[in-house]
Amino acid sequence: MAAVVEVRGLVNRFGAQVVHDGLDMEVDADEVFGIVGGSGAGKSVLLRTILGLQRPQAGTVRIRGNDITHLSEAQLRPIKAGYGVAFQSGALYSGLTVLENVQLPMIEHLKLPPTALEGLALLKIRLVGLPADAAAKYPAQLSGGMVKRAAVARALALDPPLLFLDEPTSGLDPVSAAAFDDLVLYLQQHLKLTIVMITHDLDSIFRTCNRVGVIVDRRMESDTLERIVDNPHPWIQAYFHGERARERLGAERGA
Amino acid sequence: MSATLPITEAVEVRRTAEGLELELTGVWSVRELGAIEAALERIDVASVPRVRIAAAGISELDLSGAWALRGFVRRARRAGAEVAFRGAPPDQLRLVEQTLAEPAAPEEAAPGEADPTAARPGPAEPGDRALVAIGRYVVRSGHDLVAGLAFFGRTCVTLAANLVRPWRLRPISIVRHVYDTGITAMPIVALIAFLICVILAYLSAQQLRGLGADIYVVDLVTIGVLRELGVLLTSVIVAGRSGSSFAAELGSMKLNEEVDALTATGADPIELLVVPRVLGLAIALPLLTVIADLIGLTGGALLCRFLLDMPLEQYVNRVNESISATTFWVGIIKAPVFALLIAFAGCYRGMQVRGSARELGHLVTVAVVQAIFLVILADALFAVLFMRMKI
Repeated sequence: MAAVVEVRGLVNRFGAQVVHDGLDMEVDADEVFGIVGGSGAGKSVLLRTILGLQRPQAGTVRIRGNDITHLSEAQLRPIKAGYGVAFQSGALYSGLTVLENVQLPMIEHLKLPPTALEGLALLKIRLVGLPADAAAKYPAQLSGGMVKRAAVARALALDPPLLFLDEPTSGLDPVSAAAFDDLVLYLQQHLKLTIVMITHDLDSIFRTCNRVGVIVDRRMESDTLERIVDNPHPWIQAYFHGERARERLGAERGA
Repeated sequence: MSATLPITEAVEVRRTAEGLELELTGVWSVRELGAIEAALERIDVASVPRVRIAAAGISELDLSGAWALRGFVRRARRAGAEVAFRGAPPDQLRLVEQTLAEPAAPEEAAPGEADPTAARPGPAEPGDRALVAIGRYVVRSGHDLVAGLAFFGRTCVTLAANLVRPWRLRPISIVRHVYDTGITAMPIVALIAFLICVILAYLSAQQLRGLGADIYVVDLVTIGVLRELGVLLTSVIVAGRSGSSFAAELGSMKLNEEVDALTATGADPIELLVVPRVLGLAIALPLLTVIADLIGLTGGALLCRFLLDMPLEQYVNRVNESISATTFWVGIIKAPVFALLIAFAGCYRGMQVRGSARELGHLVTVAVVQAIFLVILADALFAVLFMRMKI
């Protein structure tokens, strides 16, 4: 089965600074793939490259078989309709209500009557666990956790089979973060989504991810969650076997 | 008796003795939703006792497709039909039902956000509504005026406190604002002063020539530029340039919580952000006015030389005769006051931004409009004042 997202030999350079040098990554259908890396390791640059917001110096990025690095903006449009993105800070349009935020991708890509627009947007808002009265609120009136959920609702507006989440649980309290992990799992199972998630949150990784890709030395080491923790690379060892991780890992293995 | 009526690729409808048989086929995704909705709409469910739906033929069903199907099922049930699926109903339909049925958990309601529609009284008569709107506007304007005065007062107090203790001033920040609002504005101020004075001299020359009073063109240009035009033109340009930049800069800092961060560290945002801008502009605007005056007089001289054939020497002499000791100072004294008003309007509106990018745009507009208005109002007051003082 072909990979949903396939990155081969990716090179990203800013002046003298090399961010990625021959990075490979592969995400299969129906899996939750976690991208991990130290601060400044190039997680966000990788995501921006995959989303086509930034052209790499070399390498290919295939989304469901289409190499997006050589496509024009117009050719990218149908591909972009095939995935949803929830940005780290939500990136909700501050001048629009939550309902209008969710409707915007549908208005951009589809021709639908207003009743269908409203019904579908409300469905997505309820799907991510927001109360119906959140629909009329502006982003500034929402709590941090609600903003993240609204961002997911907007990402799901076009029922994409592929979802990108950039640090979805950062800035949330542990209870809200756990609730968000549950949401990710719920959506993945019920909508058969493929989810690519940048995260720092060890709890999130152990709870939701099937496979993990760690960016180290400008490349990516990816493996299943069970095997990646035994990867001998010092950074990966430090990450998964540090003080904060040991407890979690022990619980996971003991179970 | 049965007849097959294929409506679109998405739905095939058979009318049988017991009712409708729907065969769903093809792609039921958000992409096809317009056509699907239209097809479902065309199915007449009135006085149909039973609807049987076969969904096995759907090749792709997403949530939006399931939502459309749910809408149809509900419509048929409301019309009194008994709806059943042949085989199990699709999972997606169950998910939609479940999502829209159960009340969402209220766990994450934003704190302190009361429902804004709750307190509002019900709809009133049209006449009352106009009154209510006017009343609201007046009350809001009153609050705005009070808040503006409070901000103005705070700024003045902080400014005075800083001037008494000058070591608390931020020289680097002030110099930066002198550069941004003054040095970089020089070309545009010079160009506009030149053009306006040429126009003024040209117009007056045309009128005065008929009376044989060519020489008074010099008086008109000189007094006009030094007393009014130089400072007024400069202030309007600076209000557009720097008033908007102050409002936008402070507004985005507000949105980014930078102002809150300053307050939280115990720093006074007025002292750190507003005072350097006010002082920077108060230094830059008089200097710009001097340049505008100079360039304006040069423009007048050029026009007199080439249109009226007046030698430069005569122009300079006439300029000296036409002005009194106070003419220049009457103009330049207004510049710091205008600077204060412009900086104040820009900073105040910038600090008012909260919430959204749209508000930022709106308040930047308000800042520029009010800065220009305040400058012209102050100029009118100065005119009355100088008249009383007989200068």
